[in-house]
Amino acid sequence: MIETLRQPWPWYVAGALIGLTVPALLLMGNKTFGISSSLRHLCAACMPANIPFFKYDWKKEVWNLFFVGGIAMGALIAARFLSDPNPILLAGPTQRYLATKGITDTTQLLPAEIFSWEQLFTLRGLIFLVLGGFMVGFGTRYAGGCTSGHAIMGLSSLQWPSLIATCCFMVGGIAMTWLVLPYLLTL
Amino acid sequence: MNTNFRTPPAAATAENTDFEVRSLDAMCVNDSVLVHPWWYNLKYAAWGVLFGIVFVKAEIVSWFRIQEMFRFESFHMYGVIGTAVLVGMISVALIKRAKARTIYGEAIVVPNKTFNKGQVFGGLLFGIGWAITGACPGPLFAQMGAGFGVIIVTFLSAVAGTWVYGLVRDRIPH
Repeated sequence: MIETLRQPWPWYVAGALIGLTVPALLLMGNKTFGISSSLRHLCAACMPANIPFFKYDWKKEVWNLFFVGGIAMGALIAARFLSDPNPILLAGPTQRYLATKGITDTTQLLPAEIFSWEQLFTLRGLIFLVLGGFMVGFGTRYAGGCTSGHAIMGLSSLQWPSLIATCCFMVGGIAMTWLVLPYLLTL
Repeated sequence: MNTNFRTPPAAATAENTDFEVRSLDAMCVNDSVLVHPWWYNLKYAAWGVLFGIVFVKAEIVSWFRIQEMFRFESFHMYGVIGTAVLVGMISVALIKRAKARTIYGEAIVVPNKTFNKGQVFGGLLFGIGWAITGACPGPLFAQMGAGFGVIIVTFLSAVAGTWVYGLVRDRIPH
């Protein structure tokens, strides 16, 4: 049993459990699934700075912070007790492409060549860790949701603005991956 | 059960009347009138734990898997998101048809989203960030939990990005 759980989980198991989060949160307390809102609640809680967008009663949305806290806890449990000692099985073409960019370490979920403290103060590290994070935070709030709020919750409840947002996520990501990342990876 | 009913205080409804601020996303569009002690929120944490385990074990939080997705070289992430949307869609349809209520007996309301240009501009910006960091906001929490300490920098940058959006919100197109 534990040995099976240690293997990488197939997409249909993960997809089904993530999909079930939508009815679970609705049934638990009429909460709509969305994760990027937690970043806003943190701003409202820690440094509202008299900005109208952050002047609301964040305590009413505290469930969301419990939820993301749970995500971090679950990840800790998975990494500690259910970790798979084998390297990630990457698709062949992706692996060969990344190797041409000097990224060969697939022993962890993130490539150590980029995501490490030693890399933080290089130009590439600043772009991947700081600028990238900033765009995730700014972009999701500007779009009014992220992959969970728009792509999963929004599409599940047939919201066409969410379909537009989801398409834009993909267009932005594909353009970045094909047009700009090849240069950024070798900085 | 330790549950009190009350009507929302007038002061709370008078505050924050900017409807767009409230309806732009998940925030406060369907305030519950039930008042629960804080530990009632632990059930959301419990579901979050399950969610975090799935995130790590299905490698959804892996930068490599996001690269594969955007390079169209693996079906994995498309399978995950596609299955999640399908399961979510069926669930929401069943909840609506059955007029299901929450476990505390409140009506379930799935809010409608209104279109604004932010979904295009913000969506593109987030997509770019997603391709760089290999993480949407959920996986950032999972990566930190899984022990990638440096991701705290990415996370704080994301909080800063959200804050700056709040600051400049009135001056950018919506």
